[in-house]
Amino acid sequence: MEEYALIMRHEDGMKVASPEQIQAWMKQTMDWISGIAAQNKFVSGTGLPFNDARVVINKNSKKIVTNGPFGEIKETIGGFIIVRATSVDEAVEFAKGCPVLQGEGNSMEVRKIAKGDGVH
Amino acid sequence: MEQQELIPHLFRTEFRKIVAVLSKLFGIEHIEVAEDIASETFLSALETWTFNGIPKNPTAWLYAVAKNKAKNSINRNTVFTEKVVGQLDRSSESLEIEIDLSSQNILDSQLQMLFAICHPAISTEAQISLALRILCGFGIDEIATALLSNKETINKRLLRAKEKLRIEKVKIEFPGESEISQRLEIVLTTLYLLFNEGYYSESQDLVLRDDLCAEAMRLTYSLIENEQTDLPAVNALFSLMCFHASRFKARQNVNGEIVLYQYQDEALWNQELISKGGYYLHRAARGNTLSKYHLEASIAYWHTIKEDTKEKWRNILMLFDQLLQIEYSPIAALNRTYALAKINGKKEAILEAEKLKLESNHFYFTLLGELYSNNDNQKAKMNFEKAFSLAKTQTDKQTIQKRIDQF
Repeated sequence: MEEYALIMRHEDGMKVASPEQIQAWMKQTMDWISGIAAQNKFVSGTGLPFNDARVVINKNSKKIVTNGPFGEIKETIGGFIIVRATSVDEAVEFAKGCPVLQGEGNSMEVRKIAKGDGVH
Repeated sequence: MEQQELIPHLFRTEFRKIVAVLSKLFGIEHIEVAEDIASETFLSALETWTFNGIPKNPTAWLYAVAKNKAKNSINRNTVFTEKVVGQLDRSSESLEIEIDLSSQNILDSQLQMLFAICHPAISTEAQISLALRILCGFGIDEIATALLSNKETINKRLLRAKEKLRIEKVKIEFPGESEISQRLEIVLTTLYLLFNEGYYSESQDLVLRDDLCAEAMRLTYSLIENEQTDLPAVNALFSLMCFHASRFKARQNVNGEIVLYQYQDEALWNQELISKGGYYLHRAARGNTLSKYHLEASIAYWHTIKEDTKEKWRNILMLFDQLLQIEYSPIAALNRTYALAKINGKKEAILEAEKLKLESNHFYFTLLGELYSNNDNQKAKMNFEKAFSLAKTQTDKQTIQKRIDQF
């Protein structure tokens, strides 16, 4: 069994969502996670808020701190969960169920977590 | 992870509460800051509850986060701080602002907000959109769907309305004793139209349409709960809404098509709402005010009796006559004629109907079609066909087509 991070990339909900939609997303995401947890394959997860987010970039050997861009782009990471799976394919199946994918252009990234045994 | 079910519409409900309290605190010119803080609060919940489970007291959690965000927002924005907080209570040197999310303050703020939004400077159309956003917590998409409009139009309408509120320096407060009945009139018109938007809407989203009616009823009821605004016209409007809402289930078949009153299955009428309507109509009879809501509620009351009796139609006719004196409307004039037909027969009603000359109104020709049917079916069909060509909505066309097919 390997561990995989399922990384959610989507738009900042603030600009588009109504209270009702946010509640619906929350319910869907919780149902998705519960489905994985019911198979005892959910390890952990966290959301990554957009506000108070910063990017530190190396520009001409200087560390520049910026406020983004977040929000306007679909590729921003909104959160991730870690699951146990026997193969990357199983992890991809979990990822397919994520409600984030209902949004056009949103994506899920599936990444294996290094075990620290030198093999990965 | 512990799974707890959230109350349906919790975020929508809390949105309007948080926005009302914060707008009252900040002043209406900062209504957008209040909206942003409320939205950010729910996004925080989304980012936290999704992974850690729903807290034991979700509402308390939301209020704590909203308060924090409000304080941060005040501290962060110096212009905002000087302008707004300068007038707020400051205890000690540290900026300690009391953000009162008690149920009493929520209730007061929401009622005062209702009066602020129904300000004479703002068009009725804009008042409805603003009420849906601020007092009901609807999103732009939801408003656009409910009002059969598009996002851009609604967005522009809301922006302009908020600008108007700023320019007019509208205060979020109760109107004074002398002003209250005049201001209340606009509030009631807006609530009446909000209800009608849901009741007569062409929107395919049935849930949203019911929500609109439910919200209009909730806001009207909040006026009854408040001593100052518990006035006869308010009770009459609430009664009218109860009578109409009692027929929700019966007025639509499984295919979502409208079922006309005479074909409705009365077993589907909601008796609880009918008796509620009766109760509030009785309460509305205190004093000597007779508003159009009194008359419309009384007409609606008689429609809760399915049986066709002369007494029923005589009462309805009398009420329409009174209504037309208070406020003329083509629909009331047409309905009056229909009642007349029920009492004095179709022939007399035809003569009365043709005097109305509402020749751009499809209901006019529908009525003539009904009156001619069984007397002169050729004329009846002709009138229904005219009605069909004038009808604007799909539902109306469908209903009329069914009538044409019967000949």
